[in-house]
Amino acid sequence: MSGYSADPRIRWTEWLPWVAAIAFFFLMPGYLSLGARILIFILFALSLDLILGYAGIVTLGHSAFFGLGAYTAGALGAHTGITDPFLQLAAAAALSALLGVATGAVILRTRALTLLMLTLAITAILLEIANKWTSMTGGADGLSGVKVDPILGMFRFDLYGKTAFFYCLAVLFVGWWVVRRIIYSPFGAMLTGIRENSTRMHAVGAPVYWRLVMIYTISATMAGTAGALLTQVNQFVGLNVLGLEPSGDVLVMLILGGVGRLYGAFIGPVVYIVVQDTLAKQYPEYWYLGIGALLIFVVLFARGGILGLLDKWLPFLKPGRSARASAR
Amino acid sequence: MAAVLETRSLCKSFGALTVADRINFRLEPGARHALIGPNGAGKTTFVNMLMGQLAPSSGQILLGGEDVTRVPQSARVRRGLGRTFQVTTLFRNLPLLDNVALGIAEREGVSVRMWKPASRHREIKDEAMTYLSALGIADEADARVADLPYGKQRLVEIAIALGLKPKVLLLDEPAAGVPSHESGIILSNLAKLPPEIAILIIEHDMDLVFRFAQRITVLVQGTVLVEAPPEEIARDKRVHQVYLGEQHA
Amino acid sequence: MILYVISVGLSVTMGLMGFVNLAHGVFAMAGGLVMSTVIARFGVPFPLAILIAALSVALASIVLERLLYSRLYAEGELAQVLFCIGLIFVSMAVARLMNGDRAVPVFLPDYLRGQLHVLGRDFPTYRVFLIVVSTCLIFLLWFGVERTRWGAMVRAAVDNRAMAQSVGINTRLLFMGTFALGSGLAGLGGALGADILPVMWSYPFEHLVYFLIVVAVGGLGSLRGPFIAALLIGVADTACKYWTPEFGAFLVYAATITILLWRPQGLFGMRYERI
Repeated sequence: MSGYSADPRIRWTEWLPWVAAIAFFFLMPGYLSLGARILIFILFALSLDLILGYAGIVTLGHSAFFGLGAYTAGALGAHTGITDPFLQLAAAAALSALLGVATGAVILRTRALTLLMLTLAITAILLEIANKWTSMTGGADGLSGVKVDPILGMFRFDLYGKTAFFYCLAVLFVGWWVVRRIIYSPFGAMLTGIRENSTRMHAVGAPVYWRLVMIYTISATMAGTAGALLTQVNQFVGLNVLGLEPSGDVLVMLILGGVGRLYGAFIGPVVYIVVQDTLAKQYPEYWYLGIGALLIFVVLFARGGILGLLDKWLPFLKPGRSARASAR
Repeated sequence: MAAVLETRSLCKSFGALTVADRINFRLEPGARHALIGPNGAGKTTFVNMLMGQLAPSSGQILLGGEDVTRVPQSARVRRGLGRTFQVTTLFRNLPLLDNVALGIAEREGVSVRMWKPASRHREIKDEAMTYLSALGIADEADARVADLPYGKQRLVEIAIALGLKPKVLLLDEPAAGVPSHESGIILSNLAKLPPEIAILIIEHDMDLVFRFAQRITVLVQGTVLVEAPPEEIARDKRVHQVYLGEQHA
Repeated sequence: MILYVISVGLSVTMGLMGFVNLAHGVFAMAGGLVMSTVIARFGVPFPLAILIAALSVALASIVLERLLYSRLYAEGELAQVLFCIGLIFVSMAVARLMNGDRAVPVFLPDYLRGQLHVLGRDFPTYRVFLIVVSTCLIFLLWFGVERTRWGAMVRAAVDNRAMAQSVGINTRLLFMGTFALGSGLAGLGGALGADILPVMWSYPFEHLVYFLIVVAVGGLGSLRGPFIAALLIGVADTACKYWTPEFGAFLVYAATITILLWRPQGLFGMRYERI
């Protein structure tokens, strides 16, 4: 999809998700908070796709940034007087970026299991901190009463979640546009190069380590923004934004949708959250059973996720000439 | 004449095993130099040290007169050192054009740009095409590397190396694994390489070596046995012994 | 110490076979479940129950390995990680369906309860028993891997599978056996440790981080490594709970990060020369 031979123009199929989102708003007004949650996780999944799908970094610790962003927005809204939503977002993004560059610089010198372990350890540490620092985070009870001002002074967060939905949609749109730009740029081509053959990239003079730190930081910033959105929409943040679980969840979502395909990050969360919402409340065991079995199936037989399957059945959805580069 | 690439007393040991023993080596600008030696002589180790993938135990490496012994690989590449790999190390799932373009983008500092789409960077694509054309594979610019026959893949290696506009080019067995009916293409393309680049070629194919090289270094068990023009090497009895195995291991 | 028994199996599968088996906790949980069921339903004596637990898990793992794991040996670590997450989910669901939210009941025999008086201090008998078992295990394993042909073959096969096959080593059988050993050890650990690490449906996920820490810090493929690492973690954990209860887990994670950064291959792991 990326690279010098790719066609960067937006295809008509790429507008479908946005059309669908707007249709959702009008057709299913009772499910807007679920919709907002889906949008947030799409943003989170996009951030993961940047490093997993394009740069090839396997991490189970992405929730560290998500959680940091969530708690930043939460702390600002609950403890300080900073309640402007955009300021909260900016602060969350900034702190996540800082954590991203700090941890990335340190751990990206390692690879494979060591890297995986380090990402896990980092998010575990943050979870511990959140757990113990009750004055700031509310500990196991979570932080409630997070105040968020009306957006642009006009749109209050209403009970039906209308504002929340559009707010998340707008932020997601910006995020999507940024990610798309990056993917098609020379930087994106270079990332693909690192993923495809990092030895070769070294041999053409790319300081691979620093490039990985760059994309890791960008990804962290996005994940933190997604976390902040979650807090703002719920006006609450709890411990479940940190640790292994959200990392695992978003990873599964991305695989379901299709890694390295940009829109896998859209489809995955939709499917996952919708199914989870319908099944998990009533039959939690069956939810885990189902998703586990599905995951195993995908790994063994349908590595490209849902998008990969669609590729085989509906060829007109395939992107232009260098489709081969992305078909995995 | 100042050497463009030089090693002084370069050594490498893995514990008790010495793989490189005080190698002194000079490469002049525009050189056509070959490094030969029996298997296990330490040729690839030497190249890996030159490139910066392997740190020497002691000794110095100089590139363009500057000490680069501690400089990482990517920095050496940016200073003008290029290589091809013995086992094809390409972006197999990407088109030929991208393979070459990635290297050019690095050189030009374009690959950190995140704004304009890559495919709109005409200059990079055009330059990539010139190298592909020079090697006669421009028609397959859109094809995936993995879909090409092995001989052509070896040419892509060379194209990428050219795209780096190196001052020194290390070719690690460019004809390795290429069926004999395709290896002529390799040789003719090697002959077309720009004369100002200093080239060091490691090869086992003696035919290729003797037709290409102006100077030959023979490496045996980590030390330089002899360095001389091809005619002298061909006459040298010790070289014969080393290759025909009359000398005990 | 229980951490060691379970984790050494993981070090075996990961290090010797190169497979990132995050689902290792599943086998441990299964061991605990089997042991408890066998004692409760059939009144089997404790030592026999433990053995049955370990063996049945090993056998079950063979089935899993043949059907599923073996397809993934050549795949990258992403596929393996995902597969294991899926397996964890499935097994957690099954465990929950079988047992609900309770921990599996443990039936310690009387001779293992109570205290032992050693060197002037009282130690819980059970813990001493665990330490003894772990130490025996490490000797057995060390002997098995370093000294026997089997160990050499496994190491050869991991190093270069194609080569090993061409010299007549049946790598499929080898991997199957090694995997069974690793999983059997996990089952053993789960059964033995059921008193200390309660066997609940959330077991594999809850303790995953600890298993991984022990293996990563100890070093892949080594036997001493996880032993030392488990020891360190156990000591650190107890010490922290005693002196600075606020920071227990925190210190373990911080220590893990420090160690891994200083020695990415683990304390005793095998080095990769950067070529």
